Amino acid sequence: MSAPADLNIDHVARLARIALTPGEREQFARQLGDVLASIEQLKKVDVSSVEPTAHAFPVANVWAEDVAQPGLTVEAALRNAPAQRDHMIVVPKVVE
Amino acid sequence: MSAELHYKPIAELAALLDAKKISSVELTQAVVARTKALDGRVKAFNSYDEADALAQAAASDARRASGQARGALEGIPVGFKDVIAVTGQPLTASSRMLANFVSPYDATVTTRLKNAGAVCWGRLNLDEFAMGSSTENSAFHTTRNPWDLTCVPGGSSGGSAAALAAGEAIATLGSDTGGSIRQPAALCGVVGLKPTYGLVSRYGLIAFASSLDQIGPFTRTIEDAAIMLGAIAGHDGRDSTSFRADIPDYRTELTKRKGPWRLGIPKEYFGAGLDPEVAAAVEQAIAFYRAQGCEIKEVSLPQTEHGVGVYYIIATAECSSNLSRYDGIRYGHRAKEAKDLLDLYFQSRAEGFGAEVKRRIILGTYVLSSGYYDAYYLRAQKVRTLIRQDFLNAYREVDALLTPTAPTPAFKIGAKADPLAMYLCDIYTIGVNLAGLPGLSLPCGFSRSGLPIGLQIIGQPFKEAELLAIARTYEQAHDWKNRHPSL
Repeated sequence: MSAPADLNIDHVARLARIALTPGEREQFARQLGDVLASIEQLKKVDVSSVEPTAHAFPVANVWAEDVAQPGLTVEAALRNAPAQRDHMIVVPKVVE
Repeated sequence: MSAELHYKPIAELAALLDAKKISSVELTQAVVARTKALDGRVKAFNSYDEADALAQAAASDARRASGQARGALEGIPVGFKDVIAVTGQPLTASSRMLANFVSPYDATVTTRLKNAGAVCWGRLNLDEFAMGSSTENSAFHTTRNPWDLTCVPGGSSGGSAAALAAGEAIATLGSDTGGSIRQPAALCGVVGLKPTYGLVSRYGLIAFASSLDQIGPFTRTIEDAAIMLGAIAGHDGRDSTSFRADIPDYRTELTKRKGPWRLGIPKEYFGAGLDPEVAAAVEQAIAFYRAQGCEIKEVSLPQTEHGVGVYYIIATAECSSNLSRYDGIRYGHRAKEAKDLLDLYFQSRAEGFGAEVKRRIILGTYVLSSGYYDAYYLRAQKVRTLIRQDFLNAYREVDALLTPTAPTPAFKIGAKADPLAMYLCDIYTIGVNLAGLPGLSLPCGFSRSGLPIGLQIIGQPFKEAELLAIARTYEQAHDWKNRHPSL
């Protein structure tokens, strides 16, 4: 089973910000094509008068008191940063 | 005695600790020794810190000696699926992306377990970011099934199930998005409970699919599951989907509720693809309940065939959003050779994520993308409504549902190379997550080749006390919990 014509793997991988190798590209397109083909059966279900469910038990308007809570120290918050200097995260230059 | 401590349930160990017949240090030493002896073969753990665990145990013994014991888990070593945050411990999600991440804070469940006195034991392996049914998607190693080391333990919480079955922890925590607690519990012959969505806080759980994820315990007995659930359940202001539900004393409730119950058998769960030995074991369990005076009634969940499809749209859509945070900037893996910022995202994610995670992010991005949202995501959410309605309709006539947990016993490592074949492992567990219901798996027999078989009991929303009582009725009349793998 090959990928449906409308699954443009390059376009979707670009949206997802994932660089694919040529091998991954070919393999994922084929595997996701199979998955999408199996999902096609959902189109048989009549959902014309059905409301969507985002959460099984939706809770709305969840508020918290606007008071400061103890948080992480700067050192703790930055401990997992790949690169840091002077309490800042270092990133590649973004403006030429 | 200490040679057997690692296979005793929490309830029994707590009594021994209370009576000062053992100390938490002795118990923790027994679990550490067992882990050191076996985990080279079982590979349930990603990491553990022996000195830290023994220090926690010594602190527990000191509290107990001074009359300041904290709660039901005082001195009990509990293992954590490596997606649940414990301050100062690694938090990897079994991914290269987080291979060096150390958690700066505690998950709410961790805080609650500490408040109950638990010793926070090691980090347990899983399918990367909880995406899989075998732990073969772990970036580090595949966990083995203690009953047959050539078989998978199930997944995604395979490390949590295997560690418990091997006696490398007294209880463990896992997370369940489409069956990731119940299926490995079934395959490893232990109890696994997935609570009602919203009963247990998700704060500090690495997010996979936020509308489906729920933390729950793995234990040797139903009573232990009640103890663990009592410790972790309850409203939390740090999780906006946390529900304000009354939390009963689940352990006391177990002895109060005796049935008989009205139990539904969903006919769609006994069709093609169900292994005959699994079917036979589950049918014997149904016969047991009938003999106890329960009313057994066939029910229909007509949308069952669409569960896997709906799940792989909704779960991947939510994961594509949740995992967008791994960009190589603030934490996690950062590619060394990127030529600019955009390339840093592309390369860090290409290097940090494994194949299944990439596939799911791409599928999720696709079903949410412009022009396809209505056809896939919105439609899936509507079919989700129908799936949920099926269950609610069934509960007009019955108190709970009895089904197999997984279609087959544990399969060989490497046997399901095709993603779609792997997805079908969750065919009986996925509906429970889509409908937000509580479900558990408990041992109900063994295959001829000696592999455990699990019975799934699906309960009504927030009625865990009843679900556990139904399960305990079966457990008390059978001896499966006293069988252990020969390792």
